[in-house]
Amino acid sequence: MIVAIASGKGGTGKTLTAASLVRTWAGPVVAVDLDVEVPNLHLFLNPRITGRQPAFLQVPVVDNAKCDRCGRCADFCQFRALSVLGATVMVFDQMCHGCGGCKDLCPQGAITWGSRELGEIAWGGIGDDHFLMGRLRVGEAMSPPLMRAVKTRLKEWTPAAHSDVIIDAPPGVSCPAINAVMDSDVIVLVTDPTPFGLFDLTLAYKAFVPLNKPLAVVINRDGIGGEAVDTFCRAHRLPVLARIPYDLQIAAAYAGGRIIAEQANVYWTLFSNLGDQLRMLGPEGRQVGYA
Amino acid sequence: MREIVVISGKGGTGKTSVTAAFAHIGRSGGKTQAVICDLDVDAPDLHLLLQPRPVTTHQFASGHEARILPETCTACGECASRCRFQAICVDGAVPYIDPLKCEGCNVCVTFCPVGAIAFEPKVCGTWHRSQTRFGPMVHALLRPGEENSGRLVALLRDQARHYARANGLDLILADGPPGIGCPAISALTGVHLAVVVAEPTPSGRHDFHRAVELCQHFKLNIATIINKADLNPQLNAALQQDCRRMHIPVIAELRHDMAFTHALMQAQTVTEFKDGALAAKLRRAWADILTTNTP
Repeated sequence: MIVAIASGKGGTGKTLTAASLVRTWAGPVVAVDLDVEVPNLHLFLNPRITGRQPAFLQVPVVDNAKCDRCGRCADFCQFRALSVLGATVMVFDQMCHGCGGCKDLCPQGAITWGSRELGEIAWGGIGDDHFLMGRLRVGEAMSPPLMRAVKTRLKEWTPAAHSDVIIDAPPGVSCPAINAVMDSDVIVLVTDPTPFGLFDLTLAYKAFVPLNKPLAVVINRDGIGGEAVDTFCRAHRLPVLARIPYDLQIAAAYAGGRIIAEQANVYWTLFSNLGDQLRMLGPEGRQVGYA
Repeated sequence: MREIVVISGKGGTGKTSVTAAFAHIGRSGGKTQAVICDLDVDAPDLHLLLQPRPVTTHQFASGHEARILPETCTACGECASRCRFQAICVDGAVPYIDPLKCEGCNVCVTFCPVGAIAFEPKVCGTWHRSQTRFGPMVHALLRPGEENSGRLVALLRDQARHYARANGLDLILADGPPGIGCPAISALTGVHLAVVVAEPTPSGRHDFHRAVELCQHFKLNIATIINKADLNPQLNAALQQDCRRMHIPVIAELRHDMAFTHALMQAQTVTEFKDGALAAKLRRAWADILTTNTP
């Protein structure tokens, strides 16, 4: 099964939760960091990186010798990546989504593929488990194409076939967050019980409900703030599967790059129970439930 | 006009709390009035502290979405074979376009042999021009699950500039988005100073460097605030050293302080909530921002 750890608001404890869930997970697991803008999971899991490769997006290159400046490519492009300027067609390749329409459309066959580097994909092992991440090139605006490349690598990768997958997703509720969770079986929303946490949990709920996947909540820094997050979860039938208490020792362990589940038995139990409950929400768990 | 954006790379380091405190300090200083701007359109939170009253509200339309017209479609599959975003599913009798995967590129619409795909403009969110107790504010909310947040950020920035010019204001103070991708790049375009809020954790330091690299890529002035500095003294020292090496001024070093949460629970800025050492540090940081940032 695939579990995505998402949040709405940043800094609520996605990576903290993902790292502990990976460490306590029963059975083989692939940890995937899809927060490609600012990936952090490797800082806690310390994987042995065994391979890396750059990822590219195909973008148009115009042969100005063949081009007759008809302008159909520029009129077609929804992202303003092409523009006829005097005697040449300029390509603003950082705007390009790589749809290929201009190339297919050009009457002169003047467009060929070039490429833009999106960033890199890296993979490796953590003990018997596996690890995969994407890292966006600084200055690159679009994370979804790199996330797609990471997901393609995950599908091709043989160890993944026998493993569950835990995804550390980016914050927010727009295209990168949706891209990170869209293929998962269960989405975990990590929040804190403050007005910021509640507002962004509400947005994440609205964004993810249309995906028709089981949603569950983890409340981090439980005890600060108020009851409003609990009230929201009850009203929307969102199960709160774990509460990570507000504890300066947790904050200090996190700040030291340590995995919370390993700090005390009670935390190991907290996260292994979370894993058990998530498996019940996954496809196999639901089958058992119906039988 | 000066434009200041508060960013962080990592979420949850205290961008919004710091921005709100600066809005309060700037207003109570009385010398300069800022247009306040929330550029985190994905998960905007500044309004929870500043309680803006909208003066005008506008729809934000951007891009298009393709939709198959079942009565015309012959299910030839041309659209699915051309879509580079795997957004078109041809399992059923009539192909279906997944709106979450559709990037609105127009390829399927253009190449459909029977004209069976509609291309409809999308409303992606709303934006407001508002008043707060600290002055004017522009802010927005992207519809959950939508794209084009970079364009909405650009629109807000333009609106803030426009409002500032029209009203003789010489400062824009913006709360930026997390990350270093499209919304962050859009928020940083053309600003005079990026204030990067860092925290001394492995993630905080790693993402601080990603954010700084992005600012350097755009040749921006940078100042740093280290928040929760006492969480890890070694990493705090490392961050300080990183900043010295890169000639980035550290304009405040704040301790982990529950006053941030307590202020938030009362919808107050931390400087309104309690006037003490923390507020004094933030006032000095704001004074530094105004003096180091004279164009």
